[in-house]
Amino acid sequence: MRKFFVVMLVVALSLGIFAAKFKIGLSLSTLNNPFFVSLRDGALDKAKELGIELIVVDAQDKPSKQLNDIEDLIQQKVNLIIVNPTDSDAIVTAVEEANEAGIPVITVDRSANGGKVIVHIASDNVRGGMMAADFIAKKLGGKGKVVELVGIPGTSAARDRGKGFETELKKYPGLKLVAKQTANFNRAEGLTVMENILQAHPDIDAVFAQNDEMALGAIEAIKAEGKLGKIIVVGFDAIPDAIEAVKKGEMAATIAQQPFLMGQLAVEKAYEYLTTGTIYIPVDLKLVTIETAK
Amino acid sequence: MSWKAILRKMREYPAIVGFVGIVIFFAVLSDRFFTLSNFLIILRQVSIQAIIAFGMTIVIISGGIDLSVGSILAFSAVVLAGFLKSGSVFVAILMALLVGAAMGAANGFIIAKGKIQPFIVTLATMAIGRSLTLVYTQGMPITGFPRSFRFIGRGDIAGVPVPIVIMLSLFALMWFILHNTKLGLYSYAIGGNETAAKLSGVKVDRYKVVIYMISGVLSAVSGIILTARLNSAQPTFGVGYELDAIAAVVLGGASLAGGKGNILGTLFGALIMGTLNNGLNILNISPFYQQAVKGIIILIAVLLEREN
Repeated sequence: MRKFFVVMLVVALSLGIFAAKFKIGLSLSTLNNPFFVSLRDGALDKAKELGIELIVVDAQDKPSKQLNDIEDLIQQKVNLIIVNPTDSDAIVTAVEEANEAGIPVITVDRSANGGKVIVHIASDNVRGGMMAADFIAKKLGGKGKVVELVGIPGTSAARDRGKGFETELKKYPGLKLVAKQTANFNRAEGLTVMENILQAHPDIDAVFAQNDEMALGAIEAIKAEGKLGKIIVVGFDAIPDAIEAVKKGEMAATIAQQPFLMGQLAVEKAYEYLTTGTIYIPVDLKLVTIETAK
Repeated sequence: MSWKAILRKMREYPAIVGFVGIVIFFAVLSDRFFTLSNFLIILRQVSIQAIIAFGMTIVIISGGIDLSVGSILAFSAVVLAGFLKSGSVFVAILMALLVGAAMGAANGFIIAKGKIQPFIVTLATMAIGRSLTLVYTQGMPITGFPRSFRFIGRGDIAGVPVPIVIMLSLFALMWFILHNTKLGLYSYAIGGNETAAKLSGVKVDRYKVVIYMISGVLSAVSGIILTARLNSAQPTFGVGYELDAIAAVVLGGASLAGGKGNILGTLFGALIMGTLNNGLNILNISPFYQQAVKGIIILIAVLLEREN
């Protein structure tokens, strides 16, 4: 009888250890951005729920550091690596190294342009850009002067959001894109670039900023010119500050990516893969306006 | 003044000549550029970079460099924001300035006592400062401050925006320090020949601490203005600002080897960078070309200076 208990105990313990034994690495492009902080929080939340040990590393937006980070994770023999690449091309080496070590890889937000990735979790930036163009067209009745604030030139988010926005905008011949300038996804630059553009075009009707940080900067510039309410500002990402601005009626809308959900889903899919198989599920986008902001 | 004297003066201040050239260039290409309101905007935008560059000027004159200015700006800005959320505007500003002074003094102390290259020391403190900022904010911006505080960013005194008033006051102060005080004189001496300065009895270590402290405080002032302008303190504040500041100082005629430089040149160096940003935006030049334009201007300016 005693032997039986000992065996049961050993089995129970080993099962318990096994359940908590999934060790997953999460390599983030940066934590210097609320968006990715939220993504991390979502991942941590899910990991806690599923009893997974999650190791988070921050590449500080440097592809070279991210490669080192992932090599470290491979060294630690994690069961799976979730990567949010700093750059879709630069990440390929890291993904391939993980592949060689037999560690499955999931990408989040930005994809990898090579290597074997079991699933990619992201929202559709092109469609987000289109949503912004349609929203502005509806608000302006299809007629007016529009400004686009571009993110860091060459990044996939800037490319995709711009592409969606500009293609959709062409469907409305009354809407004219009078200025397209970069503010590098940065609030301080959003302010100065918008001030400058307002000097060139005091009569604009709408601004589409490829992220909320730039949109919030632009709003400060518009406020200073006393044009708040006359110019529609649409952002992207739905960070807390932007939702506040939408509630106050300063920002007309923001396209919500759902980073917390992305983080959760990444860990959920990782768990699913480690126990069974895989499915590709895109995270839906939603338009946050004054009516729907919460 | 004879023509020759004017020409000599022009050569002494290449940044002023460059600035005038750029203004004429943009004024010809756009009727939106050459307006009073646009110049006030340029000055207000430039104030943040210029104030950092003023501090960088005295550092570079003394033969040093300060890469940590952007991180000091960011950390003092978030500390400011934290105190604004809980305490009075006065206390918050004081704390931000203290943070700047302490971080700057730490730079100077390590450089002087540890006898380490300023480049290395401030590279390290740049990283540490950024980390402190991220830890303090947990990566999130701090937003929403009292109206009285926002006056610093948006208010004006007799029609002149407050950031410009602050910038010009600090310009005058730094001018005075560099031209009329021992600190100024010794900064040039240390940058010119540190050993000689030491041998003639200058307390080099002590002055270095003060020099880097000035740079730290001025970075904090910029952080305060930037926070007030945006009504928000961001953990990403100031990334890359050290390069803008160094560019402004070098455009202003300083030498990275030390011993040479002046605050008027720096002001116009910063104005050149700010005017370029503004003008390129107004002309709606593709962002892909803008960096190259700035790089080329810096190269031309430095090459012209070598001619002298």
